[in-house]
Amino acid sequence: MRYHAAKTFEEAASIAAKADGVTRFLAGGTDVLVQLRAGLVTPDDLIDLKHIDGVQDITRLDDGGWEIGVAVAGARLGAHEALCADWPGVVEGMELVGSTQVQGRATLTGNLCNGSPAADGVPGLVAAGAVAKIVGPDGMREIPIEEIPAGPGKTTLAKGELIAAVRLPARGAGGGDAYQRFIPRTEMDIAVAGCAINLRVEGDTITEARVAIGAVAPTIRLVPEAAELLVGSTLDAATADALAAAVSAAANPITDKRGTSEFRTEVVGVLARRVAQTAYDRAKGDRS
Amino acid sequence: MSKIHVTTTVNGDSVEFLADPRETLLDCLRDHLDLTGTKEGCGTGDCGACSVTLDGTLVCSCLVLGIEAEGREIGTIEGLAQGHELHPLQRKFIEHAALQCGFCTPGFLVAAKALLDKNPNPTETEVRYWLAGNLCRCTGYDKIVRAVMDAAEEMRKEAV
Repeated sequence: MRYHAAKTFEEAASIAAKADGVTRFLAGGTDVLVQLRAGLVTPDDLIDLKHIDGVQDITRLDDGGWEIGVAVAGARLGAHEALCADWPGVVEGMELVGSTQVQGRATLTGNLCNGSPAADGVPGLVAAGAVAKIVGPDGMREIPIEEIPAGPGKTTLAKGELIAAVRLPARGAGGGDAYQRFIPRTEMDIAVAGCAINLRVEGDTITEARVAIGAVAPTIRLVPEAAELLVGSTLDAATADALAAAVSAAANPITDKRGTSEFRTEVVGVLARRVAQTAYDRAKGDRS
Repeated sequence: MSKIHVTTTVNGDSVEFLADPRETLLDCLRDHLDLTGTKEGCGTGDCGACSVTLDGTLVCSCLVLGIEAEGREIGTIEGLAQGHELHPLQRKFIEHAALQCGFCTPGFLVAAKALLDKNPNPTETEVRYWLAGNLCRCTGYDKIVRAVMDAAEEMRKEAV
């Protein structure tokens, strides 16, 4: 295994593009090192991104949005008051990943690139309308987060491409987001089903919404037909019922040791109903 | 495969070692620096037995490469006691019998110290959530939680 401490994203992309064996990028390492130890993936080239300027930064952009560096650990997101105030759903999703120790290292981008359908950090990003800033052999491009996952353990990134940062849009007035997952206990487990909702209100009426679901399909998925039901409503009981039904209908889960397909389908609808309420309350100014 | 020279700080002392790039920080602490207080439990970041601090942040040393320690500051269980005087957490673990086999204990102590450095007055719930990444198969956790709460109380009184 060759270890490279890249100094720029272009250098990292160039090393990866020229490599002919297995390549892995190293940020938090909480997936890469586990795979290395288990013998699942032994990289020929391991490219450490933590020596690149700015990778540890959480930056407020001129337009009011946020840029989160590729090596920012979960614990740092949770400690950032202004980011938590703007995007509590994004932060609470990432904070569900692993233990205190894992939070000291694990990153949002790593959670995304590991490609797990159950990644807790990702539905919040998708619901928020976040984009990934990608550097590759052909330069830089930005694509929506929901276009990155391609299936369990797979992404749409081409050889030599890597994510340099994640960008969240400006929160703006009347916005709220939330994420919840179901696990059979309260801590340290992998989502059986998860749902993130981001919405905006004017008065009591929802004017914009995005709904994302996790652990109930081969990838984390945006559910536009569920979001459409929310827009124009005041989240009355009939809307909440319709939302739950639409989210359950969009689910296409497997049955495994964590839960059956039927259970996941049901539960993701229940979560959508609860998450919509939390996002709605936050949009109306409840900071809990 | 060529080894890489690493210079780092462990418990305030400058140290250096030669690391294979595949070796974890845990391997390097134990095998190159003879700091065997840090234990390997699962080796996959699930059990917390290998907990250390990296620039003050609590991490699993099995999920950090030794070469990543270059220029950083590492804190291990060996840095907890001041000479022969045990840290209050260590004394309270003994008083409350918060260990049986002891294998998880260094990880619990390092993790608990990181909590009290950040939050000197945690609730029992906060202690339990903070330590959720440290597994103990002997004690059932209650004695550990009580020891941490008691140590925190004593340390708050000393700080006044």
